[in-house]
Amino acid sequence: MIETNDLSKQYNNEFWAVDGVTLNVQPGQILALLGQNGAGKTTTVRMLTALLSPTRGWARVGGYDVTKHPQEVRSSVGVLTEQHGLYMRMSGEEYLEYFGKLYGLDPQNRKARGDYLMEYFGLAEAASRRSGEYSKGMKQKLALARALMHDPSVLLLDEPTSAMDPESAQLVRSEIARLRSSKRTIIICTHNLAEAEALSDQIAIIYRGKILLNGTLEELKRSVLGPIEYEARFAHDYDPGELDLPRGVALADRSATSLRFRVEAPQEANPKLLRALASRNAPLVSFHEVPKKLEHVYLKTMAEAQGVTYAA
Amino acid sequence: MRRRWDRIWLVAKREFQDQFRDWRIIVPMFMLVSLFPFVADVTTRQAIGFMNRFGGELILNRVIPFVVLVIGFFPLSFTLIVALESFVGEKERGTIEPLLSSPLEDREMYLGKLLVGVITPLLFSYGSIILYLLLLARRAVEFPSAYMMTLILLLTFAHAVLMVSAAIVISVQATTIRAANLLASFVVVPVAFLLQGETMLIFWGNESVLIYAVLGLTVLSGLFIRLGLAHFKREYLLGREIDALDIKSIWRVFSRRVIGDANSIVEWYTVEIAAALRQLRRPLLVVIGIAAFTILASYLYVVVYVPTYVDVTPARVQELRIYIADNLGNLDVLDENIPAPWVFFTNVRATLAFLFAGLISFSTLGVTLFIVNMALIGGVLGGASLIHYSPLVVFASAILPHGAFELTAIFLATASVLKMGAELVTPQTDKSLGDVFLLALADWFRVFIGLVVPLLAIAAVIEVYVTPQIIKMAFPYL
Repeated sequence: MIETNDLSKQYNNEFWAVDGVTLNVQPGQILALLGQNGAGKTTTVRMLTALLSPTRGWARVGGYDVTKHPQEVRSSVGVLTEQHGLYMRMSGEEYLEYFGKLYGLDPQNRKARGDYLMEYFGLAEAASRRSGEYSKGMKQKLALARALMHDPSVLLLDEPTSAMDPESAQLVRSEIARLRSSKRTIIICTHNLAEAEALSDQIAIIYRGKILLNGTLEELKRSVLGPIEYEARFAHDYDPGELDLPRGVALADRSATSLRFRVEAPQEANPKLLRALASRNAPLVSFHEVPKKLEHVYLKTMAEAQGVTYAA
Repeated sequence: MRRRWDRIWLVAKREFQDQFRDWRIIVPMFMLVSLFPFVADVTTRQAIGFMNRFGGELILNRVIPFVVLVIGFFPLSFTLIVALESFVGEKERGTIEPLLSSPLEDREMYLGKLLVGVITPLLFSYGSIILYLLLLARRAVEFPSAYMMTLILLLTFAHAVLMVSAAIVISVQATTIRAANLLASFVVVPVAFLLQGETMLIFWGNESVLIYAVLGLTVLSGLFIRLGLAHFKREYLLGREIDALDIKSIWRVFSRRVIGDANSIVEWYTVEIAAALRQLRRPLLVVIGIAAFTILASYLYVVVYVPTYVDVTPARVQELRIYIADNLGNLDVLDENIPAPWVFFTNVRATLAFLFAGLISFSTLGVTLFIVNMALIGGVLGGASLIHYSPLVVFASAILPHGAFELTAIFLATASVLKMGAELVTPQTDKSLGDVFLLALADWFRVFIGLVVPLLAIAAVIEVYVTPQIIKMAFPYL
């Protein structure tokens, strides 16, 4: 598990790259850390890997304090860095063997784990080829295999699919989804919102080193974009006149062939709302939830942070 | 211990394999190693022909060890690139972060890089030397003695360790390979100078002094390794991205350290200089100890050993006393021959020389210069004793009056240089190597400007105007 409290990093006694980050990621959860370039995602990950020492606050990773037990933290964490960081003149199997040795795995375990990961990531056939000859997706998968070589309880993935073609990115994403296990805690730093939406249980938005929002996707949507909206579509132009809306329902928008409602408690309010529309002989064709994307949450949050108006 | 060594070797082995898979390193190196001994062999053959025709066997005997030394040095300077890019290269290629994220300890990572940095150039150097010696074996020339060959191989080893340890310090501190390569001249040029010095020793046949060169280089290499380990921090390898020289910031830090919180010159002396002196307590004790030991050792050496080289008969003593009397007879006009400002500037220059020598050698050369000066004092007193002057009276009349100030100033300056060297090789978790260097330099400057310069000024005036009068009083017959 990962716990941080007021985790902060200042560079050159001037610039706060990370400022008061408090997180709690339980085993089996994936947290997506979203933010612009330079928002402080990588610095946060580096502090969680005990590569950078916090200027203020604390962090515990896999039960170890990053300042007091950096070696133990590094032993219990698997890191996928923004650049894959492969040694290009080493073959895939040599590379995993090397990192297995660095992490102190015994020879038998090393071989078995290396073979398993190469198989798992579909790299077995390329195991003896130099990694410099791999495609970008294969390189990223090998880097992910390296991060998993010592079967860490915590995975920190920094921009795992950045600069990858869509096919390779999808491959890596599906591997990350497969890695979700009951015991593993994962943080993904990304500015790919679709990726965050697809993979994470919890999302934190970081801006200029500060966490602006932190919660589940639904919590973020509700807190930033307001209650859920439902849209009723009609077969032809329809004017319901003065609708007697149930409690907790408000008309959000209207057009000639549709009405959009903001609903506080859908389970209770929606049947009443549908009954009200039926009583007015509405030519109802469909009634559905208006999808709200993480993108809207993110852009609105960023716009507010920058003091500009967000136009959806 | 075994586990630590295994990890060090693991880092070294990977890099070693990587180098031998890179044709850009291997091909030029094999060309250099295999061709240069042949070229050197041709040169040697020409030299032999020349000597046989025109004479000069003595020079020929020296040429071969010299060529061996040079042959060993060339591959070192080339493979330095490997050490220079050991850390910064990994940083640029993005491979450093997975390595830093592993449970390897800083020391293991550093020593692993150092090990491979030393092994590769030595392999090529020794390979080159062996090939040259094999070529030489075909000719009817006298081989260098086993002792000389051992010394040269040791020197090559010491050069390799020195250059690589310095290159790795650069590699850790530099932010780009380009910057590291540009800084390489700071390693190659001083070692090239050393090589020239060693060449002179070889040609003069001073094998006994060459062993001191080996020892000196070993000490210096040890200090470089210590410096590198003391300032190796994972954080710096990732935290810094630019090499911009921020003169304003440097000046701000430097002046802030020199001036401190003082608002007046009186406050500066009572608070800041007093604090500086407190910091100097331990190095000052070491310097005083070195001075006392050196003066005594030098005095005893002169008193005991000089008579075995120089004839110290009563007639000779009398002759020397007359010579001294003749030369010191014009003490009244000393200020015309040696003006006080000249004495002052000479002494300031000497203390600056201590600093510059200390800067390039973690204070060792600065302290060496100090030792030479102290040895001179002991030597003069020993000489005085040999010609039956009381060394105590000579010291009290000719050295102490101005020496009370001058020696104090020199002790303080040397202690500051010693402190600077010690601070550079001491781990300081919250400061970078640049910060440590800048603050140590500011500390030195604070002592220099606040104490050393005023003391040397007073000493110069006393030396020119007061000391001669005291000498005349102490030795009225001069």
